[in-house]
Amino acid sequence: MSPEASREALDAIVRGEAGLVLASLIATFGDFDLVEDALQDAAASALERWPQDGVPQRPAAWLTVAARRRAIDRLRHRAMHAEKAEALRASEELRRAEIAAREADETVPDERLRLLFTCCHPALPPEARVALTLRALGGLSTEAVARAFLLPVATLAKRLDRAKRKIRDARIPYRVPPESEWAARLDSVLAVLYLIFNEGYSATDAEPAARRSLCEEAIRLTRVLAALVPREGEVHALLALMLLHDARRDARLGADGAFVPLDEQDRSRWRHDELSAGLGALRAAVSCPGRGPYQVQAAVAAAHVVAPSGADTPWRSIAALYAELEALAPSPVVRVNRAVAEGRARGPEAGLALLSALEGGDTASLLAGYQPYHAARADLLRRAGRNEEAVAAYRLALDLCRGEPERRFLAGRLAGIAL
Amino acid sequence: MQYALLFYNPPHTLIPAPEREATIAKMLAEMGAWRDELQRAGVFRTGLRLAPVDAATSLRQEGGDVLVTDGPFAETKEILGGLVVVECADLDEALGWARRCPIVRVGTVEVRPEFGAPR
Repeated sequence: MSPEASREALDAIVRGEAGLVLASLIATFGDFDLVEDALQDAAASALERWPQDGVPQRPAAWLTVAARRRAIDRLRHRAMHAEKAEALRASEELRRAEIAAREADETVPDERLRLLFTCCHPALPPEARVALTLRALGGLSTEAVARAFLLPVATLAKRLDRAKRKIRDARIPYRVPPESEWAARLDSVLAVLYLIFNEGYSATDAEPAARRSLCEEAIRLTRVLAALVPREGEVHALLALMLLHDARRDARLGADGAFVPLDEQDRSRWRHDELSAGLGALRAAVSCPGRGPYQVQAAVAAAHVVAPSGADTPWRSIAALYAELEALAPSPVVRVNRAVAEGRARGPEAGLALLSALEGGDTASLLAGYQPYHAARADLLRRAGRNEEAVAAYRLALDLCRGEPERRFLAGRLAGIAL
Repeated sequence: MQYALLFYNPPHTLIPAPEREATIAKMLAEMGAWRDELQRAGVFRTGLRLAPVDAATSLRQEGGDVLVTDGPFAETKEILGGLVVVECADLDEALGWARRCPIVRVGTVEVRPEFGAPR
């Protein structure tokens, strides 16, 4: 193996174990920063030693012992050199850590669930939850997270610091939430994971490798979570949803760089192993009690994917699923998707009728700037043969367009209308 | 560690006049019941219901002088109506109590930890 490739392989191992090690050490030391620094040192040491000594049988245990040693050294240093009050506190921490180290057995306890719930605590700002989760559990460096979100490193570093300070100053507890708070807290975790996935999945020309890593991390972390809480259907369902989307990533854009709708995609470019994994996760979700919004969304994705061809897409079933989703978790985006499906199932006027219900309500003023609404309306008007109105709607949708692939797609549709 | 629970609610003048007295009385009764729960749980440290903002006076140094002005620190839509201080082990415990405060239905409850929380 070439030096770069083996370094990459070792790097992957270290990153894969980082979340587990960090989580367990935070339980011992209670200090995020102390543990992060110690782990970083231990990781650097691993990347030096392992090429010579060989990769240890249990990398997580190796990293834990190395990081723990460094953390204790740091505490010792603090105890000796700090101001009296600080030194007293550091001595106390040191004593506890040394006891814990002596009593620690060989197994690294899996405290990742605690860490994940803490990183996703609703008291933290949403962007901070995302950044913290990627940093702490994804094992991504601050630079890597910044790159993936197209942000300056300094901005992201400040965001992370502020979040860690909030955890400390407000005393956000490091624990898995109790039964009474479980549902709401799990929702928060799933929302963070889905956000990470969507961020990585949204087509953009900048930093494709970094964006890709977001999808991979989101899938990996959701898998970890599914293994830790196997009876939670929505976790399996979210995993299914991510895999079913991700499997189609090579078919999303045409040769001209334009976005390609699902039912027109080149299915030979779909990744079938990932599709199978996604369908398997959906089966796992269905076998759990209850049926939540992610399960319904995953069912929609599955319906698209198991159809033998785009022309065979079961639009009626999909429309029914969106109706179900609307009852569970109503929102303009669900209504728009439902209108599109209904338009394909029962004709464009049926879809337009569903959209017009949005125009009267509280969301009316928000609709003016809501691109998917205009794009869906344009498509329905086009299919209904109401060409002049369709052209107007496409122009509105194009004005609001943020991505080049979507822009090219809409421009193509617009050009195809004969006036 | 202590947490201040600060109550921000819309001014009473926004309640339609015919319902005002009854609405306020109901809220006060519910707040009283909530404070009793805090006492029974042993978490209550202190509390203060504040007079309306019309009764507020603000001081600020400008140039060489301390200026005295009628009114609150800032004109806000929701106004600070009072506060309670509780002793809790962590934020989740404080949030648990705040969630049950009746003010949450009509206004905002801010949960602020005391300064320099020891670990």
